[in-house]
Amino acid sequence: MKIACTVNGRPRVAHGVWEGSSLLAVLREHLELPGSKNACEQGECGSCSVYLDGSLVCSCLVLGGQAQGREVVTVEGIASGGVLHPVQEAFLEAGAVQCGFCTPGFVVATHDLLTRTPHPTTMQIREALAGNICRCTGYAKIIDAVHLAAERMAPR
Amino acid sequence: MSGRIGESPRRADGEGKVRGDFTYSSDLTARGMLWGATVRSPHPYARILAIDTTEANGMPGVVAVLTHEDVPGQKLYGLEIQDQPVLAFDVVRYWGEAVALVAADHPEHARRAAQKVRVTYEVLEPLTDPERALTDSAPRLHAGGNVTRHVRIRHGDQDARADVVVSGEYEIGMQDQAPLGPESGLAIPDGDGGVDLHIATQWLHVDRDQLSEILALPPEKVKLTMAGVGGAFGAREDLSMQAHACLLALRTGRAVKMSYSRSESFVGHVHRHPGRLTYEHGATRDGKLVYVKARVMLDGGAYASSSTAVIANACCFALGPYECPSATVDGWVMYTNNPPCGAMRGFGSVQNCYAHEAQMDKLAAALQMDPVELRKRNAMKTGSRLITGQVVEGPAPVEELLDRVKSFPLPPQGGGSSGSFPLSPQGRASGRGRIAAADLTQMPGGVSNTTHGEGVVRGVGYAVGFKNVGYSEGFDDHSTARVRLFIVDGRPRAEVHTAAAEVGQGLISVQAQIAATELSVDDVVVLQADTQVGSAGSSSASRQTYITGGAVKAASEAVRERVLAMARSELGRSTAARLENEAVVSSEGEVIVTLATLLGDAVVEETREFRPRRTHRLDPETGQANAHLQYAFAAHRAVVDVDTELGLVKVVELATAQDVGKAINPQAVEGQLEGGAAQGLGLAVMEEIQVKDGVIRNASFTDYLLPTILDMPPLLMEILELGDPHSPYGLKGVGEPPAISSGPAIVAAIRAATGKPITRVPVRPQDIVDT
Amino acid sequence: MKAAHPDALPIAGGTDVMVEINFDRHRPPAFLDLTRVAELSEWGLEDGVLRIGAGVTYTRLIEELGDRIPGLAMASRTVGSPQIRNRGTVGGNLGSASPAGDAHPALLASRAVVELASAAGTRRVPVHEFFVGPKRNAMRKDELIAAFLIEPAHGPQQFSKVGTRNAMVIAVCSFGLAIDAERRWVGTGIGSAAPTPVGAPEAESFIQGVLDEDDLWQKRAPVAESALARFGELVAAAARPIDDVRGTAAYRRYALAVMARRSFTWAWNEYLGAA
Repeated sequence: MKIACTVNGRPRVAHGVWEGSSLLAVLREHLELPGSKNACEQGECGSCSVYLDGSLVCSCLVLGGQAQGREVVTVEGIASGGVLHPVQEAFLEAGAVQCGFCTPGFVVATHDLLTRTPHPTTMQIREALAGNICRCTGYAKIIDAVHLAAERMAPR
Repeated sequence: MSGRIGESPRRADGEGKVRGDFTYSSDLTARGMLWGATVRSPHPYARILAIDTTEANGMPGVVAVLTHEDVPGQKLYGLEIQDQPVLAFDVVRYWGEAVALVAADHPEHARRAAQKVRVTYEVLEPLTDPERALTDSAPRLHAGGNVTRHVRIRHGDQDARADVVVSGEYEIGMQDQAPLGPESGLAIPDGDGGVDLHIATQWLHVDRDQLSEILALPPEKVKLTMAGVGGAFGAREDLSMQAHACLLALRTGRAVKMSYSRSESFVGHVHRHPGRLTYEHGATRDGKLVYVKARVMLDGGAYASSSTAVIANACCFALGPYECPSATVDGWVMYTNNPPCGAMRGFGSVQNCYAHEAQMDKLAAALQMDPVELRKRNAMKTGSRLITGQVVEGPAPVEELLDRVKSFPLPPQGGGSSGSFPLSPQGRASGRGRIAAADLTQMPGGVSNTTHGEGVVRGVGYAVGFKNVGYSEGFDDHSTARVRLFIVDGRPRAEVHTAAAEVGQGLISVQAQIAATELSVDDVVVLQADTQVGSAGSSSASRQTYITGGAVKAASEAVRERVLAMARSELGRSTAARLENEAVVSSEGEVIVTLATLLGDAVVEETREFRPRRTHRLDPETGQANAHLQYAFAAHRAVVDVDTELGLVKVVELATAQDVGKAINPQAVEGQLEGGAAQGLGLAVMEEIQVKDGVIRNASFTDYLLPTILDMPPLLMEILELGDPHSPYGLKGVGEPPAISSGPAIVAAIRAATGKPITRVPVRPQDIVDT
Repeated sequence: MKAAHPDALPIAGGTDVMVEINFDRHRPPAFLDLTRVAELSEWGLEDGVLRIGAGVTYTRLIEELGDRIPGLAMASRTVGSPQIRNRGTVGGNLGSASPAGDAHPALLASRAVVELASAAGTRRVPVHEFFVGPKRNAMRKDELIAAFLIEPAHGPQQFSKVGTRNAMVIAVCSFGLAIDAERRWVGTGIGSAAPTPVGAPEAESFIQGVLDEDDLWQKRAPVAESALARFGELVAAAARPIDDVRGTAAYRRYALAVMARRSFTWAWNEYLGAA
């Protein structure tokens, strides 16, 4: 099947998509956007997190066809032009990236959190990122990164 | 810009990772590539009577279907014992064992075809109890019998008696490394009979050497390149899909990609050995250890993997970092039809830490001594002798680490933002109705709303652990580094090339920082790891900063010496003493010549192998030997709140103190302490591969529970840099100790809160409430 | 459309369906994308009863209806993660009919009703009659879940779920409670402790009896410890749990008694405090 949608602000068309493909598979295998990851493909790890019509979702749980005509934003769309988003800068600076497999999902989920809650408490950060698993960092520096990004994005 | 040793520069691969541009093995793609799928055994133990690939071969999109008959070289492989079939031929020995392969034009076609491979099995009764595996009535799973290895350690007086004796039996469940990156890679035939494999692995050369045997190709024809690794923790030491993808690629003449799903990943790699450990501790009335008797039984599953080394660790470190004049230790690791077990961070020292720390708490209770005081009274120090007879050289700050974790102030009693309800031993709260969300999140059970404070009791527990850094028992531990220095756009650049696996720990930064320090340059590029340079050994055993770091240091030093020699001979400047700020300077720091001027178009390149001092094999009767290179120590304190009526645990805070010798990259060191503690927490309270009759019942993240950000509490850290006398820069391996004593400290805290003995991990609610 | 494609698998949030697809357990001939049916995402008040479209996500339930249906909102808050709550729906929970569905105990406790639609018309099935077996519901092949009907709370509600992790966990067991102070009844729902989600009618009758007998509704007085304990026992007795990877039958029964006792206490305290 063919799927036409807007991805990272551009109209994109995926051809020859197997009907049972998830949006994650469409992004990775048809649209050359491998940034969203396939750590579990069952919505348990958040490594495939993207925006669908402005809502944070696991792309592995969205049927490819459900994205038809909709707007998708992936990790590849978070930086603008060549410039890293403050969330991405903060993850690097705080040492929140080790193997990095979870990082795209965390970047998108953090972006979503800070858009809605510019100065979250640590507990709000934990609740908002509860759907993103990291196996390397123990989360401490990820929490630091979110606070750092919040401060940079909306200095008090 | 590379920082120097002791700094925390940004990692060079970081930008790609935050953008989503960084290519992991599961992201690899090649024009016209095929997808591979694996046919796996649905039985834990069965004889293969026939394999019929006819129907599979006829399925849409299928290009090849392979069985063991298509393996051109060695049909068996293994890290220590070559006992594992590339593809099963006569017998399958575990649920999920690979039997056949399919290559097709689309992953869905490959999956459908895999289901059409007809394997006729004669189902056999699986051997699932390692104790039974020891007996004569058990089936022999391998030609040499079911004992993969038996280790004996006899230290001191074997008939020692003591006034106070405590004993216990401890059970440790099967943990999984669960790195987020799936097993995956891309094999591309080179058109000349050889194959190029792009792979996420912990050791390129051991993969290459095994593949060379399996594919019947000389090593030069099997070229491996490291692809981005999504974590490892021991899961990538054994071959998973490497041989399979190469076989399919060579047969089809096309690139073949394989990438496991999460559920397949659970059978695609080894797990941490589950075990039953039986201990007896004898001590004097004033708390000095007199003897320890320990029996360690590890279930190794169907194939050996690195079991022989794991059981050695479990035995050598069975007592923990304490002095004890007598020890009698017997350890077995057995073959069974359970899932194969092998390396996981901690490698045998995790299981015994649960046992020896529980024993020390039990002894403290029997002696009515403070648990930390008892540990301090028996703590190892520099010059102490292990039960293997080896003397601990260099710092062994066990007492100090305990003091440090104890000295952190305890967190305030629970109660959320209002702090208004009591957490008394009776645990009876006022039973408030609608509780503030912020307060709920402080409770065991969190927003699942299981308690508003009722039944909640706080407990504090301590644990200390240690293990070796590096390979042991004479295994040839070495690494190779090639360093070249040249000028680009008027500035010096150093290139570092090793085969060392960056698995997330920050090894690429460490390599760059060492070269930058030794050569006094800012621009250091670490090239992609591949088999074009000599072996770096594995990223395991907490060894890479020491061994590959040592190789990079040696190669950098060699480059530096040549540069200084150039300055002396070509320029006649005999005062050339060292490098500083990208120039050759005298011993007073006076600039003699800049590197740009001195080198011009020249490239100075040196390759060095670094080999630390030798270790020796344990004596088979006594277990005595200088078997280890270096010891690393860490202590933890855990604070937990337990809902004693429902058996739910909230880990409130963790604290740790660890001696790292010298922190090459302090931020990365912290990352290891934090990540390792999370894995320790996981085994303590939630992670277990549940196996029944040889079958894994929870092969998914739905029911194999990893700690989320809501489960992992803050970690307070004290990082000591006490300087090892033998290692480069005095550093000590960092990665494993955080995963060793963290879990036992949590269990100790649960015991303190509940008064229950808690002798197994992971601790489940029914273990706390005795249902 | 469902009539034309009876074997088409309806998909809304995908939080159950896509797992089946990705894990290679299911290969339907076609999908029916319910996210494109606007009415399913609407809710409204009809004759004092909330009619909530089957496609209203958990996030919206919490944000838009949290104060009116607090029990279901509390259950929604325990579902998965923000990503899952942004897609998961009560309709999906009902469609999958898993005994572990987080919404179900709250729906049972509130005596909710499921509205099913087909080309032939609509019909309403009380949620107590909707679950007919493990992962089986009362739907016909040509029906879709259009909405569920639930009264705004007429008294305190509670929801409690035992899991061995603080987020994203399938319940070991769960308990929903609704106290209707106007009509003076108590509703219960049990999850993950029987082949289907079940209520605890004997426990409900018992506690209603206690409240009526001593006129505790009017007096706004506390309930005796012994009665609370008995309530807990009766809830546990209504469960028919098994041993599985998440927990044992014995623990589930034991835990339900504790949860029922505690959550009734909290709900009743709230009632007392609302004087």
